[in-house]
Amino acid sequence: MTMAIEVAGLTKTYGTTVVLDGVDLQVARGSVCALLGPNGAGKTTAVRVLTTLTRPDAGRVHVAGVDVLRHPRAARRRFGLVGQQPAVDDLLGARQNLVLFARLHHLDRRTARARADELLEQVGLAGTGAKPVRQFSGGMRRRLDVAAGLVLAPEVLFLDEPTTGLDPAGRRDVWDTVRALVAGGTTVLLTTQYLEEAEQLADDVCVLDGGRVVARGTPRELTAAIGGDRLELVVGDPARAAEAARLAERAAGGPPGAPAADGVRVTVPVSRRPGVVGAVVRALDEAGIEVDDVVLRPTTLDEAYLRITGADRTRTEVPA
Amino acid sequence: MTAATHPAGETTVGARLRWAVTDALTVAGRDAAHWRRQPAALLVNALFPVLLLLMFVYLLGGSMAVPGGGDYRDFLVPGMLALAMVFGVEATMTAVVTDTARGITDRFRSLPMAPSAVVAGRCLADLASSVVGLVVLLAAGLAIGWRPAGIGSALAAVGLLLLLRLAFLWIGIHLGLLTRDPAAVTAVQILVWPFAFLSNAFVAASSMPGWLATVAEWNPLAGTVTAVRDLFGAPVGTGGGWATEHATLLAVGWPVVLTVVFATLSVRRFQALSS
Ligand SMILES: Nc1ncnc2c1ncn2[C@@H]1O[C@H](COP(=O)(O)OP(=O)(O)OP(=O)(O)O)[C@@H](O)[C@H]1O
Ligand SMILES: [Mg+2]
Repeated sequence: MTMAIEVAGLTKTYGTTVVLDGVDLQVARGSVCALLGPNGAGKTTAVRVLTTLTRPDAGRVHVAGVDVLRHPRAARRRFGLVGQQPAVDDLLGARQNLVLFARLHHLDRRTARARADELLEQVGLAGTGAKPVRQFSGGMRRRLDVAAGLVLAPEVLFLDEPTTGLDPAGRRDVWDTVRALVAGGTTVLLTTQYLEEAEQLADDVCVLDGGRVVARGTPRELTAAIGGDRLELVVGDPARAAEAARLAERAAGGPPGAPAADGVRVTVPVSRRPGVVGAVVRALDEAGIEVDDVVLRPTTLDEAYLRITGADRTRTEVPA
Repeated sequence: MTAATHPAGETTVGARLRWAVTDALTVAGRDAAHWRRQPAALLVNALFPVLLLLMFVYLLGGSMAVPGGGDYRDFLVPGMLALAMVFGVEATMTAVVTDTARGITDRFRSLPMAPSAVVAGRCLADLASSVVGLVVLLAAGLAIGWRPAGIGSALAAVGLLLLLRLAFLWIGIHLGLLTRDPAAVTAVQILVWPFAFLSNAFVAASSMPGWLATVAEWNPLAGTVTAVRDLFGAPVGTGGGWATEHATLLAVGWPVVLTVVFATLSVRRFQALSS
C-alpha cells in the first residue's frame, strides 16, 4: 500500500513547551485520516509542519511522495490546505478570492476563472456575486476557505477543523465535498472536535494528546479496544444491585471490565453476541431479582476518545 | 471538473524568474482590486499630507523664516513630499500586520507561488500608491501657487522621493513582520512625528540649537529634502555642515543603505516565520 502521508519522529518545541513529541503517522493513499485530540494537543502544529508553514526540530515528513522539508515548493503543488482560521481576503468577493489563489497556483487567466466558478458552485457560493467577504456569515466564509484549499484538486488535502462554526447543512456539504474528493482519489487528513465527523468520514483515527500519538486505528477498533458494548440494567431493589451486577457479569461473559452498581443502576461490559441480553435477564430472573429496564449501549467513539485522552477523569496535571 | 492540474515545467532559472515577476504582479494586483473597491481609502491616505501642507503654509507659514529669504511655500512643498514618503511606513506596516493576522500571509506561503512574491508584491503595490500620493500632493502644491524649476529636474526629484519611499517601505515590511500586534502600528504612527520634526522638512536645520541641528541634518529624510529643494529650484540656504553640503549623496546613500539592510532583514524574517 502506498502512503500519501508519511511522518516519522516529528518533534517541535516552542521554548520549553514540547508541542510535538515524536509523532509517527501514515495515511494510505485515497483514505481519510482524522486527527483527534484535546485543545493544545498539537494538531494544528502538526498540520502546519506537514504544509510547510512550520519547520520541525526533528523528524521526516513526506506528503504525496515529496520530502516536505527539502522540497517545500514541490510539496505545495500537491497539497491543499484549509487552515483552522479562515484565510481569505475580506475586501474582495468570493470569486475574486478564488481567481487570485488560482492565479497564484499558476493557472492562466481563463482556467483560473473557470475553476473559480466551478468551486463556487461546489461549495454553494455561486450566487454571492461581488459581495465582499467581509459581509459573509462565518459559515459562508468557511466554505470559501474550503474552496480555496481545493483549487488544484490536490493529491492530499489538509483540513484543520473544517466544519467548526458551520450549520448542519453546511457541515453536510463539506462532508459531501470531502467524500467526492476521496472518491476521485484525494487523500484527506482532517482534524476535528466532532467525533461524529470522524466516524462519518474517517477510515482511520489518530488520537494526539500532549504531542504524542496515544491511540490509532479504525473507529471500530478504537471503540472495541476500550471494552466494546455495555448493558445497562435498572433493578427493582437497590439492596440487590451489587449481587445483580455480579450475576449479570457472569451470564454476559463479556470482556474484562468491572461491573458497576449505582443505586438501582447496574452497568456490565458485554461482548455483542446473539442472546446475550436474554441470558442476563434470565439469570437475574432465576435469582429473583426484578429487572425494570434493560438497555444495550454500544460504546461510542466519544466514549472511547474521552477514555483515551483521560478527559473523563479529573485531570490533575497542570498545563505547561 | 476541468483538469485543474498543475502546469508543468517551472524548474529552469528563467521560468522561476518569470514566475517571480508574475506572482509579484498578481499579489500587487490584489491591492489594486482593493483600491477599485474602496477608492476613498486610497484618496484619504493621499489627502492627509495635503491637509498638513495647507495647515503649515496658511496657518504657520506666516511666521516662518526661510533661510535664503525665499517663500515658505517653496521651502515646505519638498519637505512635505519627502514626509509623505516617510508616512508610507505606516500604510506598509498596517498592510503586512493585517495580512499576517488574517492568515493571508500563511495562505500565500502554503501556495506553490514564488516565495519572494509576497514581499515583492507588497513593495510594488505600495510604490504604486505612493505615486498616486505624490501626484496628488504635487497637484495641491501647484494649486497653491508653488512652481518647480523644470520638468527634468522635477522628475529627478520624484525619483529621489520614490527611492526614499522604497527605504521606508522595507522598514515597514520588516516592522510588520516583527510584530503581530496592531498596537505596534499605533506606536510607529506616533514615533513618526518626532522623527519628522527632527529634520529639515518644516524648518531649516540651521535654525535648531547645536547638536539638534546635527541630528536633523543627518536624519535619513534630510538629504532627500535638501536635494529635492535644490532640484525644484528652492533656495536651500548656506551654512549647513558636511551633511547639507553633500545632500544629494545622502539622498541616494541613506535610502540605498536602509533598503539593503531592511530588505535583507525582512527576507530573513519572512523565512524565519516558519520556525
Ligand atoms: N507559534 C507558537 N509559539 C508558541 N507556542 C505555540 C505556537 N503555536 C502553538 N503553540 C503551542 O503549542 C501547543 C499546541 O498548539 P496547537 O495549536 O497545535 O494545538 P491544537 O491541537 O491545534 O489545539 P486546538 O484544538 O485548540 O486547535 C499549544 O500549547 C500552543 O500554545
Ligand atoms: Mg488547532
